[in-house]
Amino acid sequence: MDKKKNVFTIIAETRIIHILLSILLGFAVGAFFLLIMGLDVGAAYGRLISSVTSVKGFSYVVVYSIPYIMTGLSVAFSFRTGIFNIGSEGQFVMGSMAAACIGILLGQLPSAILIPLCFLGAMVVGAVWGIIVGFLKNKWGINEVLSMIMFNWIAFYLSNFIAGIPAIHSDGTAEATKNISENASTLLSKELIADLGLCPTANWGILVALLMTIIAWLIIDKTTLGYRLKAVGFNKTAAEYGGINVSRSILTALAISGALAGLGGALQLMGMGSRISVFSSQEGYGFAGIVVALMGCSNPFGAFFAGIFYGALIYGGSKLNLVGAPTQLINVIVGTVVLFIAISVIFQRLKYVHINKKPKAAAVQSVKEGDDK
Amino acid sequence: MTSFMNEFGIILYATLIYTPPLLYAALGSCFSEVSGVVNIGIEGMMTAGAFTGTVVAYFTGSPYLGFICGGMAGMLFGAIHAFATVNLGADQTISGTAINMLGPGIVIMIARVLFNSTDTIPLTPDQKIPTLFKGVFDTSTVFGRFMDNVFATYASTYLVFVMVIVVWFVFYKTRFGLRLRACGEHPQACETLGINVIATRFACVCISGFLSGLGGACVTMATSNQFRPISIVGQGFIAIAAVLFGKFRPQGALLGCLLFGFCSGLKVVLGGSSGVNVHLISMIPYVVTVIVLVLFVGKSRVPAANGKPYLKSK
Amino acid sequence: MAKEYIDMNTPVIEMRDIVKKFGDFTANDGINLTVHKGEIHAILGENGAGKSTLMNQLYGLLKPTSGQILVNGKPIEMNNPRDAIAAGIGMVHQHFMLIQPFTVTENIVLGTEPTKGVALDMVTARKNVEEISQRYGLAIDPDARIEDISVGMQQRVEILKALYRGADILILDEPTSSLTPQEIEELIVIMRSLTKDGKSIIIITHKLKEIKAAADFCTIIRQGKYIDTVDVEKVSENELASMMVGRNVTFTVDKPEQEPGEVVLDVKDLHCNDYRDVEIVKGLNLQVRRGEIVGIAGIDGNGQTELVEVITGLRKGTSGQIFVNGADVFNKPPRFGFDHGVSSIPADRQKHGLILDFSIEDNLILQNYEEQPYSKNHFFNRNAIFEHATESIESYDIRPQHSERRTAGTLSGGNQQKVIIAREVQNDKDLLIAVNPTRGLDVGAIEYVHKYIVEQRNKGKAVLLVSFELDEIMSLSDIIDVIFDGKIVASVPGKDANENDLGLLMAGGKVNG
Repeated sequence: MDKKKNVFTIIAETRIIHILLSILLGFAVGAFFLLIMGLDVGAAYGRLISSVTSVKGFSYVVVYSIPYIMTGLSVAFSFRTGIFNIGSEGQFVMGSMAAACIGILLGQLPSAILIPLCFLGAMVVGAVWGIIVGFLKNKWGINEVLSMIMFNWIAFYLSNFIAGIPAIHSDGTAEATKNISENASTLLSKELIADLGLCPTANWGILVALLMTIIAWLIIDKTTLGYRLKAVGFNKTAAEYGGINVSRSILTALAISGALAGLGGALQLMGMGSRISVFSSQEGYGFAGIVVALMGCSNPFGAFFAGIFYGALIYGGSKLNLVGAPTQLINVIVGTVVLFIAISVIFQRLKYVHINKKPKAAAVQSVKEGDDK
Repeated sequence: MTSFMNEFGIILYATLIYTPPLLYAALGSCFSEVSGVVNIGIEGMMTAGAFTGTVVAYFTGSPYLGFICGGMAGMLFGAIHAFATVNLGADQTISGTAINMLGPGIVIMIARVLFNSTDTIPLTPDQKIPTLFKGVFDTSTVFGRFMDNVFATYASTYLVFVMVIVVWFVFYKTRFGLRLRACGEHPQACETLGINVIATRFACVCISGFLSGLGGACVTMATSNQFRPISIVGQGFIAIAAVLFGKFRPQGALLGCLLFGFCSGLKVVLGGSSGVNVHLISMIPYVVTVIVLVLFVGKSRVPAANGKPYLKSK
Repeated sequence: MAKEYIDMNTPVIEMRDIVKKFGDFTANDGINLTVHKGEIHAILGENGAGKSTLMNQLYGLLKPTSGQILVNGKPIEMNNPRDAIAAGIGMVHQHFMLIQPFTVTENIVLGTEPTKGVALDMVTARKNVEEISQRYGLAIDPDARIEDISVGMQQRVEILKALYRGADILILDEPTSSLTPQEIEELIVIMRSLTKDGKSIIIITHKLKEIKAAADFCTIIRQGKYIDTVDVEKVSENELASMMVGRNVTFTVDKPEQEPGEVVLDVKDLHCNDYRDVEIVKGLNLQVRRGEIVGIAGIDGNGQTELVEVITGLRKGTSGQIFVNGADVFNKPPRFGFDHGVSSIPADRQKHGLILDFSIEDNLILQNYEEQPYSKNHFFNRNAIFEHATESIESYDIRPQHSERRTAGTLSGGNQQKVIIAREVQNDKDLLIAVNPTRGLDVGAIEYVHKYIVEQRNKGKAVLLVSFELDEIMSLSDIIDVIFDGKIVASVPGKDANENDLGLLMAGGKVNG
């Protein structure tokens, strides 16, 4: 049965090779744009690489990547359970605000209690934000993409509103909340940061992100819960036929996905932001999460590494100005990477022609397929 | 009564400011989605249109040329999305996400180069899309002021309402419309009847990009008078929401956009006078949309082949 | 009979030495076909023999790897269906190519719409459609939406679609698969009258009886190879069958006499609505006892699908009672029924039976994933699951072997059905519900499925068989219940049943005596 595999089929079949090729092509397109702008490709990419490879630089990358990993996990988890969680933006914002409220109002609690409380609060609020959407879908058949877009903005304005409540609002003139209590901070100690030569916002949130990556992977791949959620995601009717409660599964999946995004908000706040500003536009962590999840093939570990890659590009990209290259180059590179990842299905199709006896156009599956009927 | 007429006039005025960009993009989204291609790249196409329209108007001084070029820029990104998804069978969600990154990425990068590191491009009043019927109404009377508020508005606003009728006509009264709707329902059936599914979908996604581009240009060339990187923040997604709201019909999308625009108008008036927190007021359009969905709209029927790549076997 | 309209001197279709390859796989290997004017030509072969591939080449949907196609004596190259339509070829696909939310008129004119200026001219379109429907005696309602009309009418719409495009050669792919005996007779009459008009018809089928009843000539294909073209009048059904399968086949199922035991499934005065909220099951009573197969015969749309959905818990009934082993499962979730003894082979294996993106091993534990040894404390025991799959693959002959971790979507239809049977049979429940269990399967797989169903009965299980294939119902059932308009209108012992009477009952008629 097994035919000898040639190089071609290996390339065609191996997802990771698609991703790496896409990344290469992304940088190639970036280089093309640099060239037509008359900029030095070597200098720009050199700067990009050197800024993220020093100890301090890499610590920045890690700090930057924490929220992207979390929203990436959130979206990846939703993709695996057949939902397109375009709402992780709102869940992130709400989680962040929940952690801020707890971190400010209960600031006198000791770290050992306060920090888990902040995490928990953020996860619960993020989960609730996801469940509302699931409820609207189950009860009235409201398209989840539509309600998520609405709830992203509702979260955005709600956060701005809460930031203005006197008990939370900054005592100074800043359009922001107070800083959270130091007891709620996840920053490493000043001495450790100085000794290791890390960035000032170095924090241990990355460990939480790693833990969540492992938990998400366990749930999806190893547990009966994951089986249920995936079954509903792939084929609702068959899952129902097999005795799985479909409505409850959708709520559970959205709750977990929302909790991951919410926790991301808390980690970002407690490690980096320490307060929430009144924003004039969405920060885009949730949308970045979609990109991260896609680059990570909707796999939790994939999302983890894609999150770090994305964090590196964002941090490194912020240094591009120094060599006269525009920061937006990063968006072009990432956009190209994602576009080529999308197109890489053609490799797989070539595989179908080669291996499958009956080529079927329908064999190309869409991530969000099978949702609405 | 006088103040009511005034305020109502202002609400309608604001409605007519907020609605057109959404509506252009929503009409675009209808073309793509109904022909069977999910297009979440509307946002990126709008940004491309907003930038290109502004730049062309800035350099040529012609708002009309700028407006059209804005559409063309959107169409260019539409063509990329179409090529990836329709011809190559790429995942539509992923490709759309890529467009949302590429659109703003490329144009803002060009902006930096063209305008020496500043990314704000201002327009003078005569580079903007002109207003029609300015000064026609006697603004010294209450009624005249109301009429002036409502009807002395941008040419692009008048155009978009004409476009709704045109798109409706195309969808339901022309051969192309019948075929594009058929392609979104059952592409295999279309192929057996000799309809070129690939070409039809490609055209629809390009049209979708063109209209989105016009929507983007509308933001920077009519509503405001400058392009900034944050000119387009979420309007593309709201347009998609309006299409889902309107059950994939142009006339439904019109209602969705008007509802949203009206609530935004309400926001303007209430924000000035009521004393309620401005952020809570800003939430109104989104909350109202959800409530209206629950009460009146409910489940929408997605075109049967929406989101599914169609590939011919050879 | 027949042949009176055939003009043997005028071949309209000649396919010469057609070869079609998909990668390394040869779907058609040197096939020849000649069809004359006014002829009804059957193409016989099992599922997967290459019939549809051959016809798709004739219709321009696929391009032959080598070989020649002549239409009306002229070689022709077809790149797409437009070329085929232009050459006067029309095709009615097995799965109808109809746009559900469109009207009959819109469907018929789609692709060749009349216009007035830039606008569609639906008035002319409707007039044309009515005209052509009257000319060929194919009754349709031009303004009805496809989703609202019967399967029989949908088929007439499909035929009209081809005729509207001026087709002289009609290809009908498995045209009778969802029709009643009476509708099949009507179709044969329609086909005859079309040949009288000088049309030629190719029917793709694996139903021998229909070939005998309708076709003039028959070309047999087996595993992509051309076997023979025969004059239908001169061969028997059995000869056709052995040419198709390549060995002798028996159509009768061995079934020992046995006395049924106590009642397992008891449905009392059941009412339920269909998806449009219109009542479709209207006070239905039904019993199935241990050790018997009760077959439900009926035309699609008379409530049998909904009946099964209510029994299995997928649909809520409006009133009535359903007892399984004495427990009332009416309006309980699917899991409840399962726990009280219901297992089922669903009608749509890809929609209900399997999760195509799941591996075979995961599909095999769809109802048992929470039980030991497959999982413990919510964590899976992968080894146990794998072993279970290995055993099932072996004992149920699921192919390919060693496919435990392949996704179910990569299996052939017959093997997908085997996965479901393996799962449901091993669940070892008292009641087995099988809905169209052999649809789309080839002869070998059908024999296999029938064997397992009868085996369940022999082991003392209660079996409820719902099928649109009357032959299947007649050969398997101990008792045949005829369903019409949401009620069981007759119950006859399987061995006394005769096709004509059943057909009449299914159509709502009465049988004397």
